[in-house]
Amino acid sequence: MTDKTILEVTDATKTFGGILALNRVSFSVNEGEILGIIGPNGSGKTTLVNCITGFIRMNSGKILFRGKDITRKPPHKIADLGVTRTFQIMRPYFSLPAYKNLVIPLFSPRAKRTGGWRGGGKLGDRNTVGIDILEEIGFERDSFVPFKIASTLPTGYLKRLELARCLALRPEIILCDEVFSGLSMSEIASMVPLIERLQMEGITLIMIEHRLRELFRVANRIMVLNFGEKLTEGSPDQVMADERVKVAYFGSEDVEEVMTYA
Amino acid sequence: MEQKAASLRKERIDRGIKVRTDGIYALMSLRELAYLSVPRLLLIVGMLLLPFIMPGMYWQRVISIVCIYGLLALSFDFLAHYVGLVSLGGAFYIGVGGYIAAILNKWVGFSPLFSIPAAGILGGIFCTVLLLPCLPLRGVYFAIVSLMYPLVIARIIEALNILGGTDGIMGIGSFPNQWSEQYTMILLVLVFLFAMRRLVNLDIGLVFRAVKDNDQAVRASGMSITHYKAMAVFAASLIGCLGGACLVHIYMWSGISLFALDFSILPIAATVIGGGGTLVGPVLGCLILVPISELLREFGTLRIVFYSLILMAFIVFRSEGIMVYGQRKYHQFERWAKV
Repeated sequence: MTDKTILEVTDATKTFGGILALNRVSFSVNEGEILGIIGPNGSGKTTLVNCITGFIRMNSGKILFRGKDITRKPPHKIADLGVTRTFQIMRPYFSLPAYKNLVIPLFSPRAKRTGGWRGGGKLGDRNTVGIDILEEIGFERDSFVPFKIASTLPTGYLKRLELARCLALRPEIILCDEVFSGLSMSEIASMVPLIERLQMEGITLIMIEHRLRELFRVANRIMVLNFGEKLTEGSPDQVMADERVKVAYFGSEDVEEVMTYA
Repeated sequence: MEQKAASLRKERIDRGIKVRTDGIYALMSLRELAYLSVPRLLLIVGMLLLPFIMPGMYWQRVISIVCIYGLLALSFDFLAHYVGLVSLGGAFYIGVGGYIAAILNKWVGFSPLFSIPAAGILGGIFCTVLLLPCLPLRGVYFAIVSLMYPLVIARIIEALNILGGTDGIMGIGSFPNQWSEQYTMILLVLVFLFAMRRLVNLDIGLVFRAVKDNDQAVRASGMSITHYKAMAVFAASLIGCLGGACLVHIYMWSGISLFALDFSILPIAATVIGGGGTLVGPVLGCLILVPISELLREFGTLRIVFYSLILMAFIVFRSEGIMVYGQRKYHQFERWAKV
């Protein structure tokens, strides 16, 4: 983790009709850190990810990646720079086997450029590389799981497949949109070390989560969104202690009780 | 249908031989090799023998027409089932390819040997450029625009009286003889059929299929979907334009009837009958539908009724299509299993 800023968002604003989904949100991410973004439902977390990765155009604001303006770039150009994302609703290629799902990102210009191979060479063809990546992310190599059609895989594997798709691009940043949601406790328990390993490999992560306990374990910093506005930002402990966060998240009723439950 | 107890359901299981012939093990024995090669050889040899089987000049001409529709159906099936673009542009490809071949042959002086490939490539580029604006969009737009262009171009030629106007361009060079005509067509169909089957299983073919499955994930993988859709449309329109170019040289005439809607609709019907997504199915569909349509010519306008009935019967009773049904029976067996 360094102090070098890798991604800088300034005054991100987005409206859907009359609804202000994002209101002048500004933050920056340092290289190699894990930034958690939390907030109640409808607070604009996914919209923020969509804006950064270019799937939605912002009304105003500016996004800099390594000092380069990516505000108005189309999604594939942004992904080509190494800013990748997972989808909250998993989007594998359902008709293809799991490892074939990775042939597609491996075919992209970025993978060809960064992978140091062109569909052959010493790393093997794309199928082999795909299986390697899947093994890295927790698909058992010698089992039949990597070869199963994606539509038959359980949620836990699909979430991993989403991450694997990002890894195939050799990303600089991964924006994880709720990778823990819908997973069982044991699945999450096996996912956390994976996230930690990605950080050790030097990948910057922005994680949107509702599973606060697991998030607070891995995240270096937390940003809280509420009704499209940035509420606060700080270390997990600071954020936990912030009274405004508790009110926003759990309502203004008896906070202590809910907090212990979470 | 046989009534069975509620606790039983039909189960489909791959035949052992299908599994054995999946990889290198197909080389194990002649039986395995035959399992793989006989269906393909049947098609290739059958197609190559067609000109000998057909009685008379008239039916031999029908072979060429079948092949042109076959090319169109192939391009429709590729776009619809592997890229997710429903194209109603058969007439567009035929017309563009036909007129370009006519111009090249009549006014530039290319012989059919050169004008047909040139018309394919130039026509492919022309169609792709014109269709480019609707490629970033999802949904029905591509179908509408590809249906609109042939109508528009036909009206432009008519109104401005260019390219021969309503009379068309006459006196275009023909194939040297009937045999070369038929075998050019048959080989075109076979070559493109196997080439497309190969293409969709290559890595780039997987990208095409991914664009159909899930275009957002393709964009998130750092690839422009417009770029890949344009490549697919080029491939499909190239095939269609080659068909159009051949048609012009067969009829020795190019006119606005090349933009007739038949060329858009019949390939779709053939795909329904033959089985979408198999690539070979639509070609078989054309082999069935086009001769039927010729046989029914005696009934005059009534033939549309018979034609519709056949289509309807297929949609109701065998909506999966001949090839999908056939492949299933060939590769799998069924048995009743306890739930």
